[in-house]
Amino acid sequence: MSTPTDPSSTLWRDGRPVYDRRDTVCVIGAGPSGLAAVKNLREHGFGVDCYERETGVGGAWNWRHDRSPVYAGTHLISSKPFTQFPDFPMPDTWPDYPHHSQLLSYLERYADHFGLRPHVWFGTEVVRVEPAGDTSWDVTTRSTGGYGSERTHRYLAVVIANGHNWAPKEPAFEGLDEFRGQTMHASSYKDPKELRGRRVLVVGGGNTGCDIAVESATAASQTWHSTRRGYWYLPKYLLGRPADQVNDGLAKLPLGLRQWLAARTLRLTVGDQTRFGLPKPDHKVFETHPISNSQLIYHLGHGTITPVPDVRRFHRGSVELSDGRHVEPDLVVFATGYLPRFEFLSPEILGADEHGRPTLYLHAFPREHPTLAVAGLLQPDSGLFPLVHWQTVLIARWLRLRDRDLERAAAFWSRASADVGKRWNRARVKDSTRHWFEVSHLDYLRALQGALDELSPATAVASRSTR
Amino acid sequence: MSSVRIMRTRDWASPVPPARRELLTATPEVADDTRPPVLFVPGFGHGAWAYAEHWLEHAASRGFAAHAVSPRGHGSSEPAPKATLRAYAHDVVQVAAGLPRQAVLVGHGAGALVVAHALARYPARAGVLAAPVFGGWATLGLALRRNLFGTLPAAFGGRLRLGRRQLFGRDLPEPLARDYTRRIGHASARAQWELLRARAPENPVGDPPVLVVGTPDDRVVPRSALDKVARRYGGAPLLFPGMGHDLMLDTRWQEPVDAILDWLEKGGE
Ligand SMILES: Cc1cc2nc3c(=O)[nH]c(=O)nc-3n(C[C@H](O)[C@H](O)[C@H](O)COP(=O)(O)OP(=O)(O)OC[C@H]3O[C@@H](n4cnc5c(N)ncnc54)[C@H](O)[C@@H]3O)c2cc1C
Ligand SMILES: NC(=O)c1ccc[n+]([C@@H]2O[C@H](COP(=O)([O-])OP(=O)(O)OC[C@H]3O[C@@H](n4cnc5c(N)ncnc54)[C@H](OP(=O)(O)O)[C@@H]3O)[C@@H](O)[C@H]2O)c1
Repeated sequence: MSTPTDPSSTLWRDGRPVYDRRDTVCVIGAGPSGLAAVKNLREHGFGVDCYERETGVGGAWNWRHDRSPVYAGTHLISSKPFTQFPDFPMPDTWPDYPHHSQLLSYLERYADHFGLRPHVWFGTEVVRVEPAGDTSWDVTTRSTGGYGSERTHRYLAVVIANGHNWAPKEPAFEGLDEFRGQTMHASSYKDPKELRGRRVLVVGGGNTGCDIAVESATAASQTWHSTRRGYWYLPKYLLGRPADQVNDGLAKLPLGLRQWLAARTLRLTVGDQTRFGLPKPDHKVFETHPISNSQLIYHLGHGTITPVPDVRRFHRGSVELSDGRHVEPDLVVFATGYLPRFEFLSPEILGADEHGRPTLYLHAFPREHPTLAVAGLLQPDSGLFPLVHWQTVLIARWLRLRDRDLERAAAFWSRASADVGKRWNRARVKDSTRHWFEVSHLDYLRALQGALDELSPATAVASRSTR
Repeated sequence: MSSVRIMRTRDWASPVPPARRELLTATPEVADDTRPPVLFVPGFGHGAWAYAEHWLEHAASRGFAAHAVSPRGHGSSEPAPKATLRAYAHDVVQVAAGLPRQAVLVGHGAGALVVAHALARYPARAGVLAAPVFGGWATLGLALRRNLFGTLPAAFGGRLRLGRRQLFGRDLPEPLARDYTRRIGHASARAQWELLRARAPENPVGDPPVLVVGTPDDRVVPRSALDKVARRYGGAPLLFPGMGHDLMLDTRWQEPVDAILDWLEKGGE
């Protein structure tokens, strides 16, 4: 294991040495969010130690990583302008919806372009993050997999960017133990080869479930797709343009009107979904995390996917559905999503409730701990990178302000506390763990803009000179 | 200065369409990782060729990987009669982000305005604005006074023709000056109009150091405009008296480029 050492400043905690990294900020994870954090903190003049349990950058997009949820056929669901970092565009020569391998090469180039790798300690896992008395933090690391000894460093601040799409949300169905077929969570699904010639039931109607159902349609001998509600299936293209771009062309319109227009357009293009055997959506457009998939409806129309309702229970040789029907798959893929996990932190620090749902300001700042922040804990109705970019700029500005002007920092913090737990989504999203962090990119970025303006160094100068 | 604008509905909903771009490169003999790559951006009507004449090779000889891009509709890039300033800036950012390391952006003339727009979309290592034309009606006024018949059509969406005497100092040999002037094309009518309207560029992202260089004898950019641009970026212009507007083509081309590279070597402060 390799970690930064500075033997000149050793402190002690519970009889173990703590290496003081003073004004350095610790970033946990070198996925897209962690990389953006490292870059933007460095741009604001901070020293950064980033710990990454894997041996490369890219997080979820590095499909060699054992926890990567990405499968061979994954293409983006958000088109390029919504997916790229706002200050590092993807090449013009790339398609609207790049492949996951392109995303990885993009993130690797981002890391090299901005010289981020020297600040990342690879193969090093964070196992504990504890408050160190004042506002600094003790971060304990060890080699991934538990080899070697633990080491503790003290940091000015910690930015957690460990991702929230890797800990499977395993469903608990009655009779699952006695079922003789194979079951797996989508997180371990990699390649359509695994489906070839089999009878496959895909459970879950998020983007993962829809993608896997589509892959199964051409590989498996039979595909059932089970969802527990009706959804709006948005095609990747509308009017010949990426659907998200068309939608943002209307960004100035009020939400209700946009919902109406979207429903109307879908009605005119996709038509009546119930014709394909799908249930009618039990909610308005944008009230569940958007599905972006042009091929699902196509395969329903070909009969290569059979839509079925919710699973009631499992039997030895079959799966019973909520309408009483039985299907007999030999492979069941649970595309039931993911849950956030912060195994290195005691839950009250993020204000988590009994279900593990954190309560934060802007989904980033815990109320009681001004020097701790979470980056990328968002489920936007668009790409994540623009949001996480500005979020990490905000974190960096916030830490700078705390360092330079405690009075203004205190004023900001007390105002921000009022917004702790706010959702940043005007649409009334369905109650589901998958929507804990569901934000509208428009609402969220507007809020970030306000906070950034408040913390901007330019306003700092202005307010000082008028004092 | 106002703050960074992060609601970019236009960039999301109607991204700039791609265009084929000309990129000229001069590579140092010995790679030197301590020096950032430099990307030169020509002014309206000029192409990457204007830098290939002297500055590219010179920067490479001093250890900088040097590149020059022709924005769409310029040099040998794809024709783009409807291009906007935003499209030119897009071309610059595309090339910059495609370089292996964080780059320095150097823009000349209206190319400096393009660079200023690009600096709001890409956190450059540093920015250099050479004889910057930031536009506005005062620029038009001066141009009309110096070269009525070359400028007048541009005000009505026609083509801007800059005269030899506006661009070069007296000591540049006449045939050379004539040859350069012949190679100069023109920007799109739309971009020329945007130049007149002079929408102020958004703030740079990533807080790069910015250097303004120019000449008090520029017949395109009045001294007051130089000072104004430099002030916006918190400094004073570095001046090279006796030179014409086209600093990179004039006989004494080496002085400004050396000053720029010296400044970069000192870390841009
Ligand atoms: C199938 C799929 C498709 C998706 N498609 C899109 C899309 O089209 N557009 C989009 O914007 N988003 C998409 N996403 C969301 C995706 O999660 C984000 O794009 C992005 O990867 C999140 O980045 P992150 O850095 O926050 O987390 P991650 O990418 O998960 O990275 C977290 C990193 O932290 C490291 N880490 C975790 N714990 C520790 C620890 N204790 N110590 C050290 N290191 C640690 C991990 O190894 C990992 O490298 C998709 C997700 C999935 C599952
Ligand atoms: N191509 C791509 O780019 C791509 C592909 C896949 C995923 N992603 C992204 O990755 C993230 C995760 O997506 P995901 O699809 O894995 O998860 P998800 O969005 O959380 O979807 C989970 C699905 O499973 C259902 N479900 C959950 N628990 C269930 C249970 N116990 N019984 C029956 N159904 C259950 C949910 O139904 P409810 O709605 O009723 O809760 C939902 O339909 C999302 O941000 C997504 O956009 C992108």
